[in-house]
Amino acid sequence: MFLLAAEGGESTHNPILPIWQEIVVGSVAFAVLCFVLMKFVFPRMEQTFQARVDAIEGGIKRAEAAQAEANQLLEQYRAQLAEARTDAAKIRDDARADAEGIRQDILGKAREESDRIIAAGKEQLAAERATIVRELRTEVGTIAVDLASKIVGESLADEARRKGTVDRFLSNLESTGAR
Amino acid sequence: MFGQANVLAAGQAAFPPSVEDFYLPSILPWGAHDSYWFTKITAMVWVAVGILIIFFLATYRKPQLVPTKKQWLAESIYGFVRNNIAVDMLGHRGVRFAPYFTTLFCFVLLTNLFAIVPLFQISPNSHIAFPAILAVISYVLFNYIGIRQHGFVKYFKNSLVPPAPWFILPLLIPIEIFSTFIVRPFSLAVRLFANMFAGHMLLLVFTLGGFAMLSANAWLAPVSVLSWVMTIALTFLEFLVICLQAYVFTVLTASYVQGALADEH
Repeated sequence: MFLLAAEGGESTHNPILPIWQEIVVGSVAFAVLCFVLMKFVFPRMEQTFQARVDAIEGGIKRAEAAQAEANQLLEQYRAQLAEARTDAAKIRDDARADAEGIRQDILGKAREESDRIIAAGKEQLAAERATIVRELRTEVGTIAVDLASKIVGESLADEARRKGTVDRFLSNLESTGAR
Repeated sequence: MFGQANVLAAGQAAFPPSVEDFYLPSILPWGAHDSYWFTKITAMVWVAVGILIIFFLATYRKPQLVPTKKQWLAESIYGFVRNNIAVDMLGHRGVRFAPYFTTLFCFVLLTNLFAIVPLFQISPNSHIAFPAILAVISYVLFNYIGIRQHGFVKYFKNSLVPPAPWFILPLLIPIEIFSTFIVRPFSLAVRLFANMFAGHMLLLVFTLGGFAMLSANAWLAPVSVLSWVMTIALTFLEFLVICLQAYVFTVLTASYVQGALADEH
């Protein structure tokens, strides 16, 4: 077939019969092309594609990891915040309770103090009253005796008698006053 | 093409164009008609190989994660064949074949493209030798893959015995043999060759036809202009065919490999 094409080459060509020289040239040329492109170019393209996929997926993974970490931190902060809030509430309650206790204490002390002061006043009053009563008694006795001696004109120098008279008189006075 | 240029300059176009217009004189030795080692056609094949190797090696010398413009272009070509042909048809197993499919696609596309590039203006694929090489590679590839995947007997059983009632099989098996193992490589090669051959012929007809009418009768000049306008329009059509045929060749190869890899018929 090829011989036929080569022989007929001089005068007429049959386009459907291949020329064997062209087959050789085409095979060699295409083989060279295949060798270079399939060995040095396209595998490297696959590698680049793979590297690109890795880079993108790695980026996504990193972003996801960062997102997860951020979420975890947020949760942690929220938990801490809640804890701090309960702590603060507890501290406030404690403080309120303390303040109440202190108020009660102070009130009690103040009441005690006032009671004490009142009692002391009362005691003092009673003591003064007793003193005054005693003094009055002597004074009233003296005055009464002086008055009586002036009126009666008799000297009541005798101590014992005088004392008895006055006491009797005062007793009478008190009993009439009590009545 | 050089010969034609002289002819056109002399104003005596050979019309209608013939098959001989596809077989240009040899470059080395200069002007020989029976030497095929170094012709415009073989030179263009080497140029295509050189352009592709230089382009891909230069753009992918130092690949970066964030691609440069050229790198992006090279990756887009590979990515197109890889994702839209190889992975689409073969699934994850297609990645293994993507380098060959891309090489095939680029080679066919660029050699096809020479059909409308000024000064080249003929595709090496309009000589059946080059499509035939590629078709033979595809043929060997899908049979080899099938045999390796299933083993010799199971592969041929899978591809030759369709799930049909036994009494139909004597009719179906010869058809399967014919369509899978005989017609496939032939149709693959002829489809590409015929498209490029017809495209070149069409452009020749309208270009040379314009000159022929002009030299036959000066009053036909407007029709000549119309003929050349048609040439331009057909060049666009040719561009479509160029891309489509490169795609079809690659897709069909992928589809044959898919058929060979498939578990059932």
